[in-house]
Amino acid sequence: MSLHDPVSVTSDPEVPDVPLAPAGVPDASGRGAPPPDGGARPSREQRLRMQGKTSWRVALKRDWRLYSFLVLPLIFLLVFKYVPMVGNVIAFRRFRPGGNPFGDEWVGFHYFDQFIHNQQFWTVFWNTVILGGLTLAICFPLPIILALMLNELRSRRFKKVVQTITYLPHFMSIVIVAGIVLQLVSVDGTVNQIVRGFGGDAISFMQEPGWFRSIYVSSEVWQTVGWGTILYLAALTTVDDQLYEAARIDGANRWQQTWHVTLPGIRPTMMVLLILNIGSFMAVGFEKVLLLQNPLIYSTADVISTYLYRVGIQSAQFSYAAAIGLFESLIGLVLVLSANFASRRLVGASLW
Amino acid sequence: MVTETSTPDVTAVRAASLGVKDTRGYAIFRVVNAVVLTLVAAITLYPFINLVAKSFSSEGHIAAGQVNLIPRGFNVTTFDAVVSDPMFWENYKNTVVYTVVGTIISMALTTTYAYALSRPNLKGRGAFTGIALFTMFFSGGLIPNYILVANVLHMRNTMWAIVLPGAISVFNLLVMKSFFENFPSELEEAAALDGMTTYGVFLKIVLPLSKAVLATMTLFYAVSMWNSWFGAFLYLDKKDLFPVTVYLRNLIAATTGSQEITGSQADAVQIGANVQSVTMLLTVLPIVCFYPFVQKYFVSGVMLGSVKG
Repeated sequence: MSLHDPVSVTSDPEVPDVPLAPAGVPDASGRGAPPPDGGARPSREQRLRMQGKTSWRVALKRDWRLYSFLVLPLIFLLVFKYVPMVGNVIAFRRFRPGGNPFGDEWVGFHYFDQFIHNQQFWTVFWNTVILGGLTLAICFPLPIILALMLNELRSRRFKKVVQTITYLPHFMSIVIVAGIVLQLVSVDGTVNQIVRGFGGDAISFMQEPGWFRSIYVSSEVWQTVGWGTILYLAALTTVDDQLYEAARIDGANRWQQTWHVTLPGIRPTMMVLLILNIGSFMAVGFEKVLLLQNPLIYSTADVISTYLYRVGIQSAQFSYAAAIGLFESLIGLVLVLSANFASRRLVGASLW
Repeated sequence: MVTETSTPDVTAVRAASLGVKDTRGYAIFRVVNAVVLTLVAAITLYPFINLVAKSFSSEGHIAAGQVNLIPRGFNVTTFDAVVSDPMFWENYKNTVVYTVVGTIISMALTTTYAYALSRPNLKGRGAFTGIALFTMFFSGGLIPNYILVANVLHMRNTMWAIVLPGAISVFNLLVMKSFFENFPSELEEAAALDGMTTYGVFLKIVLPLSKAVLATMTLFYAVSMWNSWFGAFLYLDKKDLFPVTVYLRNLIAATTGSQEITGSQADAVQIGANVQSVTMLLTVLPIVCFYPFVQKYFVSGVMLGSVKG
């Protein structure tokens, strides 16, 4: 939005309707002047002031120091966030390394056609959907259950110890997590020690496509569930105690209290986190999958993001990969918007 | 403000205030609950213990699948082997430099932007907030980012490719913004009456009174910078520029052949399992050492963010 866009002046929802108290900078614009009498048509400046709003000229003059704070971050966002968004045009244009970074000529939906008719793309597409679905189905409810269990503990110290330990994996680098996982499931690792302990034969987990999803989701559970409880634990403390007493008077047992008082109490938190999880559904842990996968298990372990990394960066098919990336981002955006819409309609909780 | 997250023990209070004795079923539940939570904690902790055990074990015992909780064939020669590699220290030093520089840049950008957005007299703050928010839900994607950094800005094999692209975390920005919004505006108004400019107010009043939130955000940025690897993996190909995470990644990829595996190399999995473990341990050490003391800041940072959703 341009700084001088007149539309933004009147439609900006964040500007309060009451006259603003400027942070100390003396107001030279004669705020509070009585509205001009009928007759002459008030100038734009005056009309704005009557509505308790300031024009851009006045605002910039008054708060230029504050606006100077915005300059560097806005340049950052423009260069590193918005230029790449525009850079997605290469999905519709032929890109030549060393040529125009925004592509050389229009080719329409050529690259989209190419991946839609590529069998390998659909393999990685369904891998993504399955892996994302499993992750969502398992990693979304578990923190809620863990938070409810922690909430029933009476010993503060024990609760604190469990929290401290379960938060820890969240702070590990994904490289460490992948290294640990690969060691645990290696032929001599702990998992195979257990398998042998039960008299089975050691399994080469990372060479059998059938195991990848379980391994990935387990590592995701290990890494995220503890930290995921934080917001729920905070939400649990806000549930009104009187509701519990009322439920008790009505003869509700512990389980019924949890079901009818606690869970509805933390529902807004649940919905917000669900929407966010759905939004990242298509991106399923790109870095972790990249670190864990190997060609022997591509049939289950290759997802859209890792596939586009390989064809894009390693094989330098930039436009083709950008088309896939754009497709993935758009699905993500549509998912988060529809989840938000559904949630607002159904339970009245939403991100915006 | 950062406080200990003392979540009041609702359950205990509830039980005590009503003076009701637990039912038999609930008493059993409490025991089961405590046992399950103990198991959860033990399982979460196990991989770390296993890592430590392997670090001090001999390769032979690891390959035989005998190492789980305690080291077998105790030795510290693996540590000698790892720390005697000059490249390890070179890369470790790089990680420290990237973390410090990256955190400073991130903090400078985030703090100033968040402060400006938090002032109600900033005209257009809705639009400026929206510009940042939108990037949370739609991003350029890998390929356009790569072209920007490598082909347009020519940042390949420079530190800037690592520290700049992710400099502002929108989540951290929102946390800081909501913190600054709660800042008593009277202080600033009084300072302004004394002739202080916005710059003076920000540097001499706002920042000194925000030490706790600044510490929290610094930790968030520093940890994510310390842990990051993909940017370096993507944009650097000179070994002496790698952060230690990429050093570790290459070690793991080389020993497990997770990238270029062939059938015959699959047996090579155990080779260097102890070397890997030691490298992982040394990489993670600073975080594990600091973690118990700063955990409450992390938690409070998330809470702060959740206030405004």
